Amino acid sequence: MSMTQKYVGTAQRRVDGHAKVTGGARYAAEFAAADLLHGAVVSGAIARGTITKIDTAAAEAVPGVVKVYTHENRPRTAWLDSSYRDDVAPPGHPFRALHSAKIMFSGQPVALVVADDFETATYAASLVEVSYDAEVPKTDLDAQKGQSYDPPKKRSGVEPPPKPRGHAEKAYAAAPVKVQQEYRVAVEHHNPMEPHATTVVWDGDGAITVHDKIQGVTNTQGYVTGVFGLSKDKVRCISPFMGGGFGSGLRPQYQLFLAVLASLDLERSVRVVLTRDQMFTFGHRPLTIQTLSLGAEPDGRLTSIIHDAVQETSHFEDYQENTVNWSGLLYKCDNTKFSYELAKLDTYTPADMRAPGAVLGLYALEAAMDELASATGVDPVELRLRNYIADTDQNTDKKLTSKALRECYTQGAERFGWSKRDARPRSMTDGRELVGWGMATGVWEAMMQKTSARATLTGDGRLEVATASADIGTGTYTILTQLGADALGLRMEDVTARLGDSSLPYSPIEGGSWTAASAGTAVQMACETVREKVFKLARQLDGSPLANQDLDHVTFRDGRIVVTNDPSRSVSLIDAIKSSNEGKVEAEETAAPSTIQARRFVSYTHSAVFVEVKVDEELGVVRVTRVVSAVAAGKILNLKTARSQILGGVVMGIGSALHEESMLDHNIGRFMNHNLGEYHVPVNADIGPIEVIFVDEPDDKASPIGVKGLGEIGIVGTGAAIANAVYHATGVRVRDLPITIDKLQGA
Amino acid sequence: MMDGMSSSPAPHPVGMAKIPVSFRLNGAPTTIELAPWTTLLDALRNHMGLTGTKKGCDHGQCGACTVLVDGQRINACLTLAVMKEGADIRTVEGLAEHGHLHPVQDAFIEYDAFQCGYCTPGQICSAVGLIAEGHAHSAEEIREAMSGNICRCGAYPNIVEAVKHVIDAKAARRLEAAK
Ligand code: FES
Ligand code: FES
Repeated sequence: MSMTQKYVGTAQRRVDGHAKVTGGARYAAEFAAADLLHGAVVSGAIARGTITKIDTAAAEAVPGVVKVYTHENRPRTAWLDSSYRDDVAPPGHPFRALHSAKIMFSGQPVALVVADDFETATYAASLVEVSYDAEVPKTDLDAQKGQSYDPPKKRSGVEPPPKPRGHAEKAYAAAPVKVQQEYRVAVEHHNPMEPHATTVVWDGDGAITVHDKIQGVTNTQGYVTGVFGLSKDKVRCISPFMGGGFGSGLRPQYQLFLAVLASLDLERSVRVVLTRDQMFTFGHRPLTIQTLSLGAEPDGRLTSIIHDAVQETSHFEDYQENTVNWSGLLYKCDNTKFSYELAKLDTYTPADMRAPGAVLGLYALEAAMDELASATGVDPVELRLRNYIADTDQNTDKKLTSKALRECYTQGAERFGWSKRDARPRSMTDGRELVGWGMATGVWEAMMQKTSARATLTGDGRLEVATASADIGTGTYTILTQLGADALGLRMEDVTARLGDSSLPYSPIEGGSWTAASAGTAVQMACETVREKVFKLARQLDGSPLANQDLDHVTFRDGRIVVTNDPSRSVSLIDAIKSSNEGKVEAEETAAPSTIQARRFVSYTHSAVFVEVKVDEELGVVRVTRVVSAVAAGKILNLKTARSQILGGVVMGIGSALHEESMLDHNIGRFMNHNLGEYHVPVNADIGPIEVIFVDEPDDKASPIGVKGLGEIGIVGTGAAIANAVYHATGVRVRDLPITIDKLQGA
Repeated sequence: MMDGMSSSPAPHPVGMAKIPVSFRLNGAPTTIELAPWTTLLDALRNHMGLTGTKKGCDHGQCGACTVLVDGQRINACLTLAVMKEGADIRTVEGLAEHGHLHPVQDAFIEYDAFQCGYCTPGQICSAVGLIAEGHAHSAEEIREAMSGNICRCGAYPNIVEAVKHVIDAKAARRLEAAK
């Protein structure tokens, strides 16, 4: 089928750009409803123990307060744990707000105050008096790691560590060159700019419309129907925009439960918005203590890799992520051994945060590789090339669908000017600052998930493409518009993409970098069916100039179906659509990963990240002055939005390496810097030039449209590249991110 | 409420009556009755249906709520609405004129200076204020002067390019006019 690609693969302005720059895009807390009530959440003051008394009288006495919910008066909801388990829940007992007097983590919601307006609700919430029987919380992973365990129930979608290969310990003992170190990354909170929020619109007759901050409306809908025993037709979820997720919006958060609870009970519309402080009371990137042991020949060839990790989880769920497996995948090595264990803390369950597991595991592996480069005197890029494995995943013995990582190394190094690097630490300076150049590798899975989409050509010749998926800022609206426009030869202005509505064809949550490949393929398939249908109609028109043609010999362009070899013969789409009985041409298709192919192939995105840092040694200040991120991710649909995704990942990687740290006070088990003044994320002045290179990587197996996904790969490897650059600048190895002034000065 | 985990209790409000306040909002004279404890941000979002201005922290720490008051960029979450009697307030909804985007708005789209869009209205108002201030010219100066607006999506390099584009175009026009 000849399909010209006019838009796909080019740089296009975001189709939702106008809405976003004019304030027209509506986020969860911004949907209007008649007689809307506002809920304010009261956060618990202890991390572990029991509520002995909760006094809501003063709050209830405030004029304008409608009702105060606590564990004592909470309306009944589903009994079984399974009803609360959302699509991405780890094994365990999902948290239920206001379920009982038991307190399991600091900031646990203990009451919801519902009032006529936001100010009244917030004020009245401050009057709720809670007494506790407090127990000493255990939130120190160092103290608890002795009780670590192999999670008995594995989390769906997370591969447990692969079986050992060869004899890793023996090979390590015999290795002429050894590196063995412990690495850590501090707890991080996602901190999307939009706080978690839900507006529940009471539609009457037991039906509600839920506007939730979620990375997939189907997860919200499933959770609400399960917990509140409602049928699907009573719960419609509409979330067309989301003010950043990074994983915090994969699972429904407690404000959803509270807002729906109050709305159903009061039969009114209710909005609950969490405060920034409360954004520190649920999922976070888990603290993980990793030990990496590398054994190598003097020329740098790896003979042994041992990677062990102990990660925190909550007392109620066994959160898991793929932290160590990457070490068995990235480099050629015959002797490997891995372990991944959990230890329980009195905190909320950790949550997937951008490239979960990979950010941590690749930091450890790539920092250790840099230490190996130092120990062997082999250039860091050369070291990686010496251990390069071209086409196999050694963990699974499957073939890779493609791997252009070698090109990432060479093109990234070239653009960065890596060959001019003096390998000696502290050898490069700029005025009074030390200059360091470091690099690292990134890798992330390329996945597809079962996703449905609908394409509709309407009588005015416009196309609508629709799926329940989300655009969390990643550019989904835009790439689906490009795909639709190219498939039917329309201008992008004539195509509308609809997302974020549970009444649209099914899509899973947006996460794991799978949306472009999955929703993109589904839209492409639906459009192909529409092409066939509308072509048939065009051919059947009386005296059709296409009468004897087949689909292979026509081109869709400028709203017409044109005979490729004889452009004078064509039919307009509008005429063809008119002849249909429905006045429109529509198709729905479902894309799914190929199970046959999955038996033989796996797919990954790769990157090589090159970083320059400048260090003011007197002040201990580290600045990232230059980054080149070379990415191999299959087909790139939109060069503009794709570049932005990588920029965003790199910026978050800089945060992880230098700024971000949620600080627990173990005496009270609370994250103390629960605001954006004290939890430091990068600001504009922290970010210098970032260059993004997309290397060519044709791939016909990762997904039918050749796309691998870009949401995570930008962050993976960035932290290690920065840490390695800091070592090159200063000669100091800080193995505990973020690299803050105290660690650098104290070293 | 747990210490320091939520906004500190407001003064006792019972009996606090709403009072009228008048200002120009996006060019139009506006009068509204508000309780004195309502911030300008909540007034816009909850009481006036203008949700373009965003709440990211409610503490003056993120810049998502940036609006222009008498041409100056301020954090609407740190301002009580009743204090703005007689002021000229402009929000992201009031930047486009006659259906044409403000040059900063258009540059934000062209340079892809956002992803999720949640910090964007604040970034744009901040940039408009910054350009009016006239201090920032280089990328370095823009970065510094735009650092009160956090973008968790990390669109910073594109924000700088977009703002610089508008500043450079303005300078070029001025040069042209001088010739
Ligand atoms: S909401 Fe005003 S500065 Fe964050
Ligand atoms: S665009 Fe998402 S926070 Fe800036």
